[in-house]
Amino acid sequence: MSILVNKDTKVIVQGFTGKEGSFHAEQCLDYGTNIVGGVTPNKGGQEHLGKPVFNTVKEAVNTTGATVSMIFVPPAFVADAVMEAADAGIELAVIITEGAPVRDMMYAKQYATKHNMKTIGPNCPGIITAQECKIGIMPGMIFKKGNVGLISKSGTLTYEGANQVVKEGYGITTAVGIGGDPIIGLSYKQILPMFEEDPETEAIVMIGEIGGDLEIQAAKLIKEQITKPVVAFIAGQTAPKGKRMGHAGAIISGSAGTAAEKMAALEASGVKVVVSPAEIGKAVAEVLAKK
Amino acid sequence: MNIHEYQAKQIFAKYGVPTPKGKIAHKVEEAVENAKELGGPIWVVKAQIHAGGRGLGGGVKLAKSLDEVRELADEILGMTLVTHQTGPEGKLVQKVYIEDGADIQDELYLSVVLDRAAEMPIIMASTEGGMDIETVAEKTPEKIIKVQVDPSVGFQGFHGRELVFGLGITDKVQQKNMIDFAKKLYTLYMENDAEMIEINPLIRTGEGEFIALDGKMGFDDSALGRHPDIEAMRDLSEEDLDEREASKYGLSYIALDGEIGCMVNGAGLAMGTMDTINYMGGTPANFLDVGGSANAETVAKGFEIILKNPNVKAIFVNIFGGIVRCDRIANGILEATKLVDVHVPVIVRLDGTNAPEAAEILKNANIKNVVPATDLADGAAKAVTAAKGEL
Repeated sequence: MSILVNKDTKVIVQGFTGKEGSFHAEQCLDYGTNIVGGVTPNKGGQEHLGKPVFNTVKEAVNTTGATVSMIFVPPAFVADAVMEAADAGIELAVIITEGAPVRDMMYAKQYATKHNMKTIGPNCPGIITAQECKIGIMPGMIFKKGNVGLISKSGTLTYEGANQVVKEGYGITTAVGIGGDPIIGLSYKQILPMFEEDPETEAIVMIGEIGGDLEIQAAKLIKEQITKPVVAFIAGQTAPKGKRMGHAGAIISGSAGTAAEKMAALEASGVKVVVSPAEIGKAVAEVLAKK
Repeated sequence: MNIHEYQAKQIFAKYGVPTPKGKIAHKVEEAVENAKELGGPIWVVKAQIHAGGRGLGGGVKLAKSLDEVRELADEILGMTLVTHQTGPEGKLVQKVYIEDGADIQDELYLSVVLDRAAEMPIIMASTEGGMDIETVAEKTPEKIIKVQVDPSVGFQGFHGRELVFGLGITDKVQQKNMIDFAKKLYTLYMENDAEMIEINPLIRTGEGEFIALDGKMGFDDSALGRHPDIEAMRDLSEEDLDEREASKYGLSYIALDGEIGCMVNGAGLAMGTMDTINYMGGTPANFLDVGGSANAETVAKGFEIILKNPNVKAIFVNIFGGIVRCDRIANGILEATKLVDVHVPVIVRLDGTNAPEAAEILKNANIKNVVPATDLADGAAKAVTAAKGEL
């Protein structure tokens, strides 16, 4: 089992024939992802990577029955692409593109919600169900099948965490990179309960960072609803106040959103909080050994 | 991207948000000319830097004659202004804004920012203008009125009513003026892809008019492409030289005050690396995210920028290759050591895609000062030891 996606999930790629879209779609196909086609306006009818290209998402969905879209279009066109996917009946859009304007995402997210379409990202590595389905840009070979679910704002920390879990002799059910932009799709609050429901997931790794209050909301939810052990790391304990650390999300304004505050809230909810990402693997091994 | 007060007020004026009359000056004589044109009889001479707290730092002063304008402009231009937002090193003042004095009856506060939880803009207002708003939020949170505006419908009448009744404005003309003010501010926030607008203080004059006495604006960097007029307001002298140089090469760099230089891929792992160094008893000298397209040139540039900092005693290269191939980074490090004199120990941890090949490349090259590490913990420990001169 897994959450959100598996080997049968039918995926299309928006921005299929572009440089990034092509490169990563090919990697996903190699991993075994069931990519059934892609969308690039004015290239409908062509074939790319052995899959059909469509002019519109509607056409792609009607022809292939795809339910998930992986979005690689340039930043200025992300909102349009997300809304097109929602309008065509896509159930989950995974937005990889970095640098989409916040205002655009404000409108796009509202539209997606109205059409019952879930979103992941933007500016994220995507989602992977180990050895079944990779929708994103993560290095597939790290993710071995196992019983640990992973949610992370940061891309490379997702890899770091998964790698350590695997080195300890465990593996991953599904890993979701939710992104660190000011406005994102699915977050801890929605994904934690999915892992709680998933019979194969026995422990959860949650990686957050400074800025915003998503981790604080997650702490509340864990206390009330999550019975499986959770290991957490919050990046940015040593980040100076008011400085921007690459992600727009990583801004500390005043006291809200500090690493210390988030770590304390998670600890109070019974989460095993580690102070260095180098401890994630060991902490997972510990909580699983206790079970 | 942030802009100066005088630039924010230019945008305000374009949208009909009332501001005092004012003119920018780079030289003392220009300041006096501006004052003459404005007419007086009272002027305010305001230092233009990208930081709050200018008044307390001595960068905002009242002049009652042209001679006083001259004196104050002379004093403020070229001064290093230290405020709670500039850091102890302060900022050099290169421009002064000469503004008409205003008849202040009371001081309010008004801002528009993104409410991340609600995923829409929020307007915040308070009767406690002129104070540090974070202090107000902490001590008397009930004095801050918050109104979320759903962008799909925009600013409605009820948003305005909640603001004016919250602020205790009872006069009908004043109510209309304040609602109009807030609505224009919301519009210019949305239309310009602003990240935040803050007016503190927003004053009420003796005649009951509302005027933006100050103005701070920040913009969404991702949206600057569609606002060339705002991009043109960028003041390079306000930006850190090294950070700017780094960004030209796709590197995201922030200087810190520790001893261990860091070069990492991904913002999260970069912060996590700093945290690990700190946890092991060391101090990070910088944040550096090499991004997803690191190559020999960018790695060399990274070394160059890190090594400019004289406090750096060791460098920790921590790369988890996903799409970035480790062998390419290894070659980058080899190239970089030819281009830049790397005189401190460099601890290298390369994991992920093509890591074994990378290890082989580094081993065969056998460069002085380059020390391989097996994982994050090992690398951080070695970097901390190296910085102490004990490796």
